[in-house]
Amino acid sequence: MSRRAIDSDVLIVGAGPAGLAAACRVVESGREVTVIDDNPDVGGQIWRGEKEKPSSPEAGVWFERIRNSTITFINGARVFQQPQSGLLLAECENDVCELNYQKLILATGARERFLPFPGWTLPNVMGAGGLQALVKTGFAIAGKKVVVAGSGPLLLAVADYLKRKGADVLAIAEQASRANLFRFGLQLISQRGKASQAYKLRRQLRGVKYLTGCWPVAAYGVDKLEHVILQQPGRRFDIVCDYLACGFHLVPNLELPELLDCKIEDGAVTVDELQQTSIENVYCAGESTGIGGLELSLVEGEIAGLAATGQTTKARELFGNRDKQRKFGRLLNRTFALRKELRSLPAGDTIVCRCEDVCFESLRTVSSWREAKLHTRCGMGPCQGRICGTAVEFLFGWKAESVRPPVFPVRVGSMSVES
Amino acid sequence: MTSPTFDVVIIGAGIVGSACAAECVSEGLKTAIVEAKIIGGGATAAGMGHLVVMDDSEAQFALTSYSCKLWSELKEDLPPSIEYEACGTIWVAADDEEMAEVRRKEKYYTERGVPVQVLDLKALQEAEPNLRSGLAGGLRVPNDCVIYPPCAAKFFIDRAVSNGATLILGKKVKVIQTDGVRLDDNTFLSSGLVVNAAGSWSPSLTSGIDVKKRKGHLLITDRYPGFVKHQLVELGYLKSAHSVTEDSVAFNIQPRKTGQMLIGSSRQYGVDSSQIDTPILTRMLNRAIEYMPRLVNLSSIRTWTGFRAATPDKLPLIGPDVFNPRLYLATGHEGLGITTSLGTAKLLVDQIVGRRPAIPVGPYLPARISELSHA
Amino acid sequence: MPDEVVVVVDGVLVRMPEGSMVSAAIMSAGVSSFRRSVTGEARGPLCGMGICFECRVTIDLQSHCRSCQTICQNGMDIRTGE
Repeated sequence: MSRRAIDSDVLIVGAGPAGLAAACRVVESGREVTVIDDNPDVGGQIWRGEKEKPSSPEAGVWFERIRNSTITFINGARVFQQPQSGLLLAECENDVCELNYQKLILATGARERFLPFPGWTLPNVMGAGGLQALVKTGFAIAGKKVVVAGSGPLLLAVADYLKRKGADVLAIAEQASRANLFRFGLQLISQRGKASQAYKLRRQLRGVKYLTGCWPVAAYGVDKLEHVILQQPGRRFDIVCDYLACGFHLVPNLELPELLDCKIEDGAVTVDELQQTSIENVYCAGESTGIGGLELSLVEGEIAGLAATGQTTKARELFGNRDKQRKFGRLLNRTFALRKELRSLPAGDTIVCRCEDVCFESLRTVSSWREAKLHTRCGMGPCQGRICGTAVEFLFGWKAESVRPPVFPVRVGSMSVES
Repeated sequence: MTSPTFDVVIIGAGIVGSACAAECVSEGLKTAIVEAKIIGGGATAAGMGHLVVMDDSEAQFALTSYSCKLWSELKEDLPPSIEYEACGTIWVAADDEEMAEVRRKEKYYTERGVPVQVLDLKALQEAEPNLRSGLAGGLRVPNDCVIYPPCAAKFFIDRAVSNGATLILGKKVKVIQTDGVRLDDNTFLSSGLVVNAAGSWSPSLTSGIDVKKRKGHLLITDRYPGFVKHQLVELGYLKSAHSVTEDSVAFNIQPRKTGQMLIGSSRQYGVDSSQIDTPILTRMLNRAIEYMPRLVNLSSIRTWTGFRAATPDKLPLIGPDVFNPRLYLATGHEGLGITTSLGTAKLLVDQIVGRRPAIPVGPYLPARISELSHA
Repeated sequence: MPDEVVVVVDGVLVRMPEGSMVSAAIMSAGVSSFRRSVTGEARGPLCGMGICFECRVTIDLQSHCRSCQTICQNGMDIRTGE
């Protein structure tokens, strides 16, 4: 396996909004920066495929800044190991990159949380972001019947996107209560930009049933989805549809920060006011410091980029905005907190670990994540527990244990590169 | 004087302790087993689960072949979670010197009734097409098997408990006394006998026993059914396992029933940290790639480490402790704990009840080590 | 007219806009079951971002490829269910 060495002043892992914002601040101060990302192009999840066709003026501004810069981008590359401090290994299509850095900014973002319920493994049941990504990358959804379910503002954004692409969005089922959402709405009034975004979305989704305090209890079909049962207290809906786009809010991607021994608290990377982690020269920005939305990711990214290049005065100028966005983030997470009924969704024979087909009943015979791995094989597949571990943490309260390389499945050849 | 609560308390529910518990119970002994963390969670979870007949010494051969026979007798009872698979072993020879070793092994095994088959280069390539060209041949041992050890340990524990054993999970033994064990929450379990089956933790409970940690690394791939059909071990393995001071790696690959491959192996002395040692891991993988170049493009999902419990003469300790006659040791199995767990259990119970064992126990008695050191 | 690529999904030619992912091509071919789970259940894409591994297919004889992270190239031979 061939390898190439890339030396950077600043190395940024993740080319979503936080990573891009950090990269701009670094490069605009005259320093060198490399941004590495697993996806084929920049933008992370929220701006996937938008480099040439931004979906918002804001995205447009950032992509313009990148276009005119000397940022080095490495796409299609997965960071998997840290052989020593100051060095990360990433697997690319044909070789392994040895990434030497002075400063590291982790902007690994978040992923959707999937919760198991009967039928959730049927083809055409996907994440909300998952179905959106599929459509963004070339699938024509026009004319198809879609139910969007789960929790979080992502559901509305996805429903809106799919509707604009011609899908027949039959319903949006949000598990958060009407009361929570109403309070959320009231609080939005103090955040003008967000309130108008939300209002715009609601208008665009006029005509789509928005069911609150509602969640999926089963998906049925033979070899693929045919209909979905949604539950509200005292009421059920049985909806025939082609796709179920279902995700229960977001969780930070912590595998790389954990590999690097960064301090993690309450399920997010701990950072100081300059976005520094507990490890010297390692910064973290964006959803992995705590789910808080696009604006927070951008401002954290900017602060990290400024701090990593010693521009602390400029960084401090952004603290006010960050505080504001963090407040919104806290509101977000309170509003969309998961209700306990969701713990009772899986039946005994509902698959929880999709890689190894471990059902809920088997997990009830063990009492820790490690025991689950050893005795049921849960979490031992290629997703390395990213899907089932997140679900199991919600269902049983078990925390995953320490992370070892490879932090992402890579070729045996990549693991055997001597550096 | 009140009689003790238990006839025997076993410390450690790894595969050895678990097998001993099941055997003690079936002998009618009132048995308790204490496990600090997870059943089968120590070296049992970290190792390869290879059931193999070894020929390093007569004593090793006797114990491994006796144990493999016991596994074979048990196989119909084993649940699917144990993934028992009679895939066989091929000892791979890379050159003429190793081919000579193949012929020596063939003679040795054949004389002792173990079916084996010498493979010339062509036969080796046919048996395992993903091995590189330019090797010399190998020795196929068709009756060797592989299992998934943590579930085997659980199976033995479940058997023991359903036949009356008491399982104490989540408590650590603080000290072994002559009349029982005291746990870390200060409860006392009174017992006629105590068995230390705590693997690499056994010296912390019984001072002076010569059991040292020997660290190993493993990697598991995604599913590639048919890529490897036998457990493959390079004959250089024996050269490396012989060394008692140097870090070493050797090519060792196992197909799991799932189609995943376990790639090993490595041995390090005097290392306490369970973190991955990148230089050792890369050496180990490069060794494997030398033998099977197509491994390079297979997806690797996980790596981990484990600590084998090693004795100076590479044989386990099975029998009464030299200083405390009411303490038995069942530890120090190095890389053969899975295989020899069943034989160990039988030899242990035979000694406890005073019955003549199926094979001589002399070579495994703890007393032999102190004799060695006094010699 | 945007550029197109043509790929083969289970022997069927599929025309996709340039830059599409293989997962979109497979769905466009009307195939929703990309692979079988370890106990034989039909499975398709879930996360859309390369971490769930449910969208794996064989591309140009290479197995375990995440189709949601692979861009369609002209003439790609894509096989599901392997």
